[in-house]
Amino acid sequence: MLLAQKYLRMNKMPHIWCPGCGNGIVLQAIIRAVDELQLSKDNTVFVSGIGCSSRASGYLDFNTLHTTHGRALGFATGVKVAKPKLNVIVIMGDGDATAIGGNHFIHAARRNIDLTAIVFNNSIYGMTGGQYSPLTPTGSMATTCPYGNLERNFDIAKLAIAAGATYVGRSTTYHAKMLSNLIVKAVKNRGFSLVEAITGCPISYGRKNKMGSPVKMIQSQKDNSVMVKAAAKMQPEELRGKTIIGELHNQEAPEFCDQYENLISTLRERRQS
Amino acid sequence: MTDKLKKKGLVHIKAEWCKGCGICVHLCPKKVLALDEMGKAKVVKPDDCSACKICEMHCPDFSILVGEVQDAN
Amino acid sequence: MPTKTRLIQGNEACAEGALAAGIRFFAGYPITPSTEIAEILAEKLPRYGGHFLQMEDEIAAMAAIIGASLTGVKSLTATSGPGFSLKQENIGYAIMTEVPCVIVDVQRGGPSTGLPTSPSQGDVMQARWGTHGAHPVIALSPSSVQETFDLTVKAVNFSERFRTAVIILLDEVIGHMRESVELPDHSEVKVVNRKAPTVPPGEYLPYKPDENGVPPMANFGEGYRYHVTGLSHDESGFPTGSSKLTNELILRLHDKIERYKDEITITEEYMVEDADVIIFCYGCITRPARKAVKEARAAGKKVGMLRTATIWPFPDKVLLRATKNAKAVIVPEMNMGQILEEVQKHLGCKMIKVEPVDKVDGELITPAEILAKVEEVL
Repeated sequence: MLLAQKYLRMNKMPHIWCPGCGNGIVLQAIIRAVDELQLSKDNTVFVSGIGCSSRASGYLDFNTLHTTHGRALGFATGVKVAKPKLNVIVIMGDGDATAIGGNHFIHAARRNIDLTAIVFNNSIYGMTGGQYSPLTPTGSMATTCPYGNLERNFDIAKLAIAAGATYVGRSTTYHAKMLSNLIVKAVKNRGFSLVEAITGCPISYGRKNKMGSPVKMIQSQKDNSVMVKAAAKMQPEELRGKTIIGELHNQEAPEFCDQYENLISTLRERRQS
Repeated sequence: MTDKLKKKGLVHIKAEWCKGCGICVHLCPKKVLALDEMGKAKVVKPDDCSACKICEMHCPDFSILVGEVQDAN
Repeated sequence: MPTKTRLIQGNEACAEGALAAGIRFFAGYPITPSTEIAEILAEKLPRYGGHFLQMEDEIAAMAAIIGASLTGVKSLTATSGPGFSLKQENIGYAIMTEVPCVIVDVQRGGPSTGLPTSPSQGDVMQARWGTHGAHPVIALSPSSVQETFDLTVKAVNFSERFRTAVIILLDEVIGHMRESVELPDHSEVKVVNRKAPTVPPGEYLPYKPDENGVPPMANFGEGYRYHVTGLSHDESGFPTGSSKLTNELILRLHDKIERYKDEITITEEYMVEDADVIIFCYGCITRPARKAVKEARAAGKKVGMLRTATIWPFPDKVLLRATKNAKAVIVPEMNMGQILEEVQKHLGCKMIKVEPVDKVDGELITPAEILAKVEEVL
């Protein structure tokens, strides 16, 4: 992959992810998007949390910040507000973003701060060996729900929209081209953007839930996805168990850094007049 | 009248990075790829490759590079 | 030297010290008795072209100041005991990743919700060991409103010089009391900036130390693309599992501060030369201690005071020297004996009594209470 040589720290490759782990497919989609956008490597910061997907930052040849579990958006907010000219992209896993990081997720969306959050959703805590997360479907098996998950799971896209995110999209590693297209639009959006990337964890989630091989998992992403336009015409019973993919939300709203910079300018003008 | 140009591709696989997940083999619309005796992806039907790059895009390990070869029929 | 004389609170002096030292980013969360620092900086920072953020919680505030500092902007947060507890994980992150930043803890009665508007000195050990791991820490404790200004400037400068998180343990009573202070013009304030790299990006190793043990620091967006991680890492900043490299890293984190301990140690000696009993104190107890010394001397007793503004690293050398000829050391603290343990540890083998005066009810230790202990030990 030629773009890899342009955007990855090749001396750190190959990566640590398991055979068939979808994280590499999402990372590829990110690189394609970055290339399409022609983002400057020096002016772009990738911030990540803790987890398998958060290791992605170490492989990216940009300013990279591998933070504490759940707190990537807090660090990213500081980076962006202090130096608004930087493009800031935040990589998190599903547990990192919605469990321990849930509060920061809500408020970054509420502020509509110009960050792009890419949540690698494999419905599991992979790095720690396969525990359930707030995005693990009810009834799924994991090491800390050995009788099946009793809890309901979030729809992180709906959460983001309700909290104030202005761009929200969802795709899967099967729909890799759509994934990179969504990331392009998400980064272009002047405000808080979320792209949820459904990715497979064959080793933990796949095994525990008898989903078979990486091939079966990526095929099931195709079989269980419905495009948002098609979903709009379907009945709720038809959509049960399906994942709606595509551009889910796109709206304009005042962006936090813009507003703060306006405040600084206004105060400066007042002093000068 | 000029002959129509058919896109053809050349698939390069970096075997050292390939983890044999089989995704490329499964997704290739032309069944160009298969897993070899070591479980690594390899090209078995090179002439059928249309350079769609689905394999490259879906390789989690950055093992695949698809070059385009122009071929006038 | 142009200065302004003003009647201000300790919290305000802290905010003014921050601005004078070049702080241009604050992230925090409202918590009594530190909230005034946030409110003042909310009003002042945008006027300086800086940024203020009220984050959703203390943890996010600590994260945000680290993020901002990595872009080259000097950053500070302020909190009290409960918030200080929440910040610990990210404080450890700042120390491990060597990101300059300052955390002000306006100490109040604890544990837990405790006494939000009363002083304590309950976070001394939390400042030292609150975050997990084998890390060093710099923590300063002002004893007056003027010193709050001065030590805030020092704290920011230390954080830049040593590439670390510096804690200011400000007692609530000083944070909220008003005194007349001299505020120098910002142009008169000595400011220290992190050392910039002297090599081009291709040769830069973000954690390779210079001759002082501190790595020069590139800022995000300046052309030096590097990786910052809380994982144990090598000089290139990338994770390592190597015992050798981990050992080198941890020892260097300690050494870069230990080497300059004498410069970080700020103490005050009052009538210790011939003292039989020395009162070892810090922060808000300085005033009652000084009063106790005066009263004891008036009654013919040889009592002196050794006050430290540097809590960590602990000023063991100064303590040993100043107490050389003393028969007893009294340690009055608004906790159940935290710095006491350090005093006992360093004076332990000597023929010297070390006695606490502990108070945990939110009321200041009085000169009379200190004098009562002096009577006991004499």
